[in-house]
Amino acid sequence: MKVLVPVKRVVDFNVKVRVKSDGTGVELANVKMSMNPFDEIAVEEALRLKEAGKATEVVVVSIGPAQASETIRTGLAMGADRGILVKAEGNVEPLAVAKLLKAVAEAEKPGLIILGKQAIDDDSNQTGQMLAALLGWPQATFASKLEIEGSDFKVTREVDGGLQTVKLKGPAIVTTDLRLNEPRYASLPNIMKAKKKPIDDKSASDYGVDLTPHLEVLKTAEPPGRKGGVKVKDVAELVSKLKTEAGVL
Amino acid sequence: MTTLLIAEHDNASIKDATNKALTAAAALGADVHVLVAGENAKAAADAAAKLAGVKKVLLADNAAYAHDLAEPLAALIVSLASGYDAFVAPATSRYKNVMPRVAALLDVMQVSEIIKVVSPDTFERPIYAGNAIQTVKSKDAKKVITVRTSTFAAAGEGGSAPVENATAAADPGLSSFVGEEVAKSDRPELTSAKIIVSGGRAMQSRENFAKYIEPLADKLGAGVGASRAAVDAGYAPNDWQVGQTGKVVAPELYVAIGISGAIQHLAGMKDSKVIVAINKDEDAPIFQVADYGLVADLYQAVPELTDALGKLGK
Ligand SMILES: Cc1cc2nc3c(=O)[nH]c(=O)nc-3n(C[C@H](O)[C@H](O)[C@H](O)COP(=O)(O)OP(=O)(O)OC[C@H]3O[C@@H](n4cnc5c(N)ncnc54)[C@H](O)[C@@H]3O)c2cc1C
Ligand SMILES: Cc1cc2nc3c(=O)[nH]c(=O)nc-3n(C[C@H](O)[C@H](O)[C@H](O)COP(=O)(O)OP(=O)(O)OC[C@H]3O[C@@H](n4cnc5c(N)ncnc54)[C@H](O)[C@@H]3O)c2cc1C
Repeated sequence: MKVLVPVKRVVDFNVKVRVKSDGTGVELANVKMSMNPFDEIAVEEALRLKEAGKATEVVVVSIGPAQASETIRTGLAMGADRGILVKAEGNVEPLAVAKLLKAVAEAEKPGLIILGKQAIDDDSNQTGQMLAALLGWPQATFASKLEIEGSDFKVTREVDGGLQTVKLKGPAIVTTDLRLNEPRYASLPNIMKAKKKPIDDKSASDYGVDLTPHLEVLKTAEPPGRKGGVKVKDVAELVSKLKTEAGVL
Repeated sequence: MTTLLIAEHDNASIKDATNKALTAAAALGADVHVLVAGENAKAAADAAAKLAGVKKVLLADNAAYAHDLAEPLAALIVSLASGYDAFVAPATSRYKNVMPRVAALLDVMQVSEIIKVVSPDTFERPIYAGNAIQTVKSKDAKKVITVRTSTFAAAGEGGSAPVENATAAADPGLSSFVGEEVAKSDRPELTSAKIIVSGGRAMQSRENFAKYIEPLADKLGAGVGASRAAVDAGYAPNDWQVGQTGKVVAPELYVAIGISGAIQHLAGMKDSKVIVAINKDEDAPIFQVADYGLVADLYQAVPELTDALGKLGK
C-alpha cells in the first residue's frame, strides 16, 4: 500500500505574526517557515506504517510556491521516499488544494492519505474532509490512533466529549491530531540522503484545476488587544478583587 | 432565501452550541430552519422547535445518524441543499468533521469559525491562532459556514415551529461506528461553562489535577480545562484541551494555573471576560493577558484559594 501525505509550508509555530499596516494580510517577509506541525505527525505516522511492513512507499506532496520544495525535503529527510511539488502562486483555498490533491491521488492511487487536521496559519480545518468528499472516500478526522485491519482502517478520534473509534473501508482519508505520535527529528545523514531523493515538479495547470478563489479577503486586521492587569500580593487580595472589583464570585 | 442550521444535540436535548449558532444564522437575515439528525431524536427536535425565531424543524431520525459519521450526515445535508442558500453549524468536533465534506460536495468554499456576520455574504474569522482577523466575502451562491460559538450570545426560547420528518439519504456505507469513550461528568461543559479552571504542565500528574484543580473547580461550579502540555503528558483527557487546536472558550472567569501562556493556549481563552493566572514565574507570558496575576507556588496558593472560597460560602 502506498501512503500519500500532503504537507504544507506555514509560518513556524513559534512566530507571532504581525498584521500588515495596510490591512492586506500578515507580514510574511523574512519570517521563519516550517512544515505544518500536524503534517509532521502525518509523515511520522506514514513512516511507522512503512517500518511496520504495512506500507510500501511514502510520498509527500505540497502545493505552493517553489519554496514549498523545502517542506518536501523536510519530509524526505524524515524518511519519505519521494516528493511531488505542485507549483501554485498566491492564495490557494482548501477547496482548490483538495481538487489538486484529488488529481494527484488519481495518478498515484494510494491506499491511504494522511493529512494534518488543520494548518496553523489559516486554521481552516477543511482540506482532508473536502478531499474525502471529492474522492468519495471515507474520512476519520482528528486521529489519535490508527490501526490497519486487512483493507480496513480502525481509527480512534479526539472528539468534544472524549474519544470515538470508527472503521473505514479503504482507500481512506485520515487527519492527524496532536496525540497520534511524536514526530522524529531528521538526522544529519538522512538530511544528506534526502537531497538525492526525487521530487516531481508539477504545476497546477497540469491538472486543469480552476484556482480562482471563492472567498475574497477584504481585509486583515489586528485583533482587539488585551492589556495585562495587576499583580495581587496574596490569595486574600485575589479573592477580594474577584469579589468586589471583578464581580465574578 | 432560507438558512439551514444544523443542530448539535444529544437526541434528548439541544446543546448550547446550537443556541449560539442560531444567533449567527439569524444574523444572515433569512428564515431559519433547523435540522436535527440523530436516532430517537424527537425530544431534541421538539426542543429545537421552541428556539426563538426558528420557522421549521426537520427531523431526520435514522440509525445512520446515531454516531455522527461524516459520510451519511454529509449526504443527508446535501440531499436537502436545493431548498437552502446557507448552511450554518456550530464549530464543534462533529461539524468540523462534517461541514467541509458538505462544502466540497456542493463545490463551495466553507467559511470556517466565523466570529461575526458583517453582512449576509461577509464574515470575520480569526487566522494565525487569533493573531489576525480576516474579513472575507463569499462569492458562492450557497454558503457553508461554521460558527465559533464562544463569540455569539445564545438565542433563547419562545418559538413554536412545526417539526417535519426529513427523508434519510442513501448511506454511502463507507464507515462504521466501533465504540466511544465519553467521560461522564457533572461539571459544566467547557464550551458553555461560566467559569473555567485550567491546569498546565506544572500539575505534574493526573493525581495532582484531582487533588488541586478539581476541588477548586467544584467550589466555583466551574468546568475544568488543561494546556496541551498537560494533555500530552496524560495529566488530563484530550477533551479538556483549551487552545488554537483544542477548545475555544470565553467564560466570565478563566483561572490559569501553572500555564505559561503560549500563543496557542492564549488563542483558546483570551476572550474570557476576567482572566486570573497563578504562576511562580513572574515573567510568564500569561501575566500579559491576566487581569489578576498571582506570583506564587500553585501547590500552596491553590489549596489556600479553595479554602478562602469555602469561607465565602462557595
Ligand atoms: C504564497 C501563498 C499566499 C497565500 N495568501 C493567502 C491570502 O492572501 N489569504 C488567505 O486566506 N490565504 C492565503 N494563503 C493560504 C492558502 O489560502 C491556504 O493554503 C489554503 O487556504 C489552505 O487552508 P488551510 O491551510 O488552513 O487548510 P487546512 O484545511 O487547515 O489544512 C489541513 C491540511 O491539509 C493539507 N494541506 C493544506 N494546504 C496544503 C498545501 N498547500 N499543500 C499540501 N497540503 C496541504 C495539509 O496536510 C494540512 O495539514 C496563501 C498561501 C500561499 C502559499
Ligand atoms: C501545532 C501546535 C498546536 C498547539 N495547540 C495548543 C493548544 O491548543 N493548547 C495549548 O495549551 N497548547 C498548544 N500547543 C502547545 C503550546 O505551544 C505550549 O507548549 C503549551 O501550551 C505549554 O503548556 P503549559 O503552559 O502547561 O506548559 P509550560 O509552558 O511548560 O508552562 C508551565 C508553567 O508552569 C509554571 N510553574 C511550574 N511549576 C509551578 C508551580 N509549582 N507553581 C506555579 N507555577 C508553576 C512555570 O513557571 C510555567 O510558566 C500547541 C503547539 C503546537 C506546536
